Amino acid sequence: MKFSGFRFPGCIILAFMISTVSSGSPGPGLQLPEVKDTISYVSPFHEKNERCFKCHGQEMYEYTNENLGIQVKANMCENRIMKRGDFYSSNHKSFSCTDCHSEDYLNFPHPGQLRMEQMYNCIDCHGGDEKFAKFHFEEIEAEYKQSTHYKLEPEGFTCWKCHNPHTYRISIRNSSNLKETIVYDNTICLNCHSDYSRFQLLSEREEINILRTHDWLPNQASHFSNVRCIECHTKINDSILVSHLILPKEEAVKRCNECHSKNSMLMTSLYKFQAKEQRRDGFVNGVILNESYVIGANRNRYLNILSLLIFGIAVLIIGVHIYFRTK
Amino acid sequence: MYLYPIWVRLWHVMNAVLFIILIVTGLSMQYTDKQDYILVVSFARAVKWHNIAAILLIINYIIFVTGNIVSENGRYYRISKKDSFSDLGRQLRFYSWGMFKGEKHPFPVTSERKFNPLQKFTYVLAMYVALPLLIISGLGLMFPETIINRFLGVSGLILTDVLHITMGFCLTLFMLIHIYTCTLGARPSSLFKSIISGYHESE
Repeated sequence: MKFSGFRFPGCIILAFMISTVSSGSPGPGLQLPEVKDTISYVSPFHEKNERCFKCHGQEMYEYTNENLGIQVKANMCENRIMKRGDFYSSNHKSFSCTDCHSEDYLNFPHPGQLRMEQMYNCIDCHGGDEKFAKFHFEEIEAEYKQSTHYKLEPEGFTCWKCHNPHTYRISIRNSSNLKETIVYDNTICLNCHSDYSRFQLLSEREEINILRTHDWLPNQASHFSNVRCIECHTKINDSILVSHLILPKEEAVKRCNECHSKNSMLMTSLYKFQAKEQRRDGFVNGVILNESYVIGANRNRYLNILSLLIFGIAVLIIGVHIYFRTK
Repeated sequence: MYLYPIWVRLWHVMNAVLFIILIVTGLSMQYTDKQDYILVVSFARAVKWHNIAAILLIINYIIFVTGNIVSENGRYYRISKKDSFSDLGRQLRFYSWGMFKGEKHPFPVTSERKFNPLQKFTYVLAMYVALPLLIISGLGLMFPETIINRFLGVSGLILTDVLHITMGFCLTLFMLIHIYTCTLGARPSSLFKSIISGYHESE
């Protein structure tokens, strides 16, 4: 995949230039913040994609009704809106819209039969490709087929329900901030599991209440902001970085010791990538020691030895004291 | 000699029981493992009982501090100009040498002086330095949202945890030595009887 850059539309560049020029000569006493352009990506298809984005890139679109000869302004259906910034910072930013969607979409009004368009799945592009072999997409697909999501709704559920192909960013592998990754990943789950309007598309359940179903969990807020839902709700797989085998709720991890222990489960899930990349100080639990706080897993070998030594010396002194008292 | 009023004895026994629960559950949390061992309380139970015992300990500590402010008992913990390091040295020398040679106690217990200099120093450190730090860091861990995220590049939670565990370790060590030194009365059991009956048995 070629990732070269994203070019802002001309009007944004113009707005940026105006702001740059005006910041060069601010009015008396006016301190404008220094603006840095951090965008480096320019899509080879940005002009072509603009034909879609001019309607789908915002809430409102405009077209000419040739039959009536009038200009019409209308609101774009919410789930048909695709923000340019989200797309051009996603994994698929180097794509043309028509790489995945039919060329017929370039006509307006869009032909009705396009609604029945067959959507690609991850494996359609990523499967059987040497370039992606190290990510084990075939194994991810196999896990997904065993997951409770697929089993409960094999027709309705697809990869896209969690990984929106227009916006999805790989997270754990390119993140320097684990907390952001956790929020990003948990948002994927909460998109449906805390939003009944989306949830009911795939489930007959009459209500969802994440807080109530997790009321057994001590320090609930801390857990929610420091681990991903998938830590407890998936089956660990050593050969793929992020497990995709979502377990039925009855099989979710509920034993505290699974994470709060010397060989914490988190080392093979949340901290797996970092543990491999930056194993420090010779500690098996180095990442947890340096980056996080998990009671039971935050054990420092040297402090353990030191505390035992001090305790041992105290006991020895007492023993010697008893000896001389009874002598 | 009547030395330990009823409230001090009740506070003391509560403190001892709660501290033992806190040590056992604290160690269980810190050294928990995937297998459940007989000597270790399961993690969920340890968290629950550690929190309950901690809240009771805080209430008990408030009673102790208030009692020391409003009653005469507080004077035993007041460090004054009369206290000196040489007195600490004399007491230490007695424990490590003099008592084996049959020397007399350098600071015999009186109603004016319940604690010898070494006791006074360690009790003040334990009750007015280590225990408040233990309580504050424990409350921080109980309500982690109140802790600053990072301090000098290190997680605030980890620093609070290290402080809590260190204070817990120091006070556990104190408890071990305290129990042993309580066998150094007129007879090995007399000081234990004193804290139950309230009467001190003179040597």
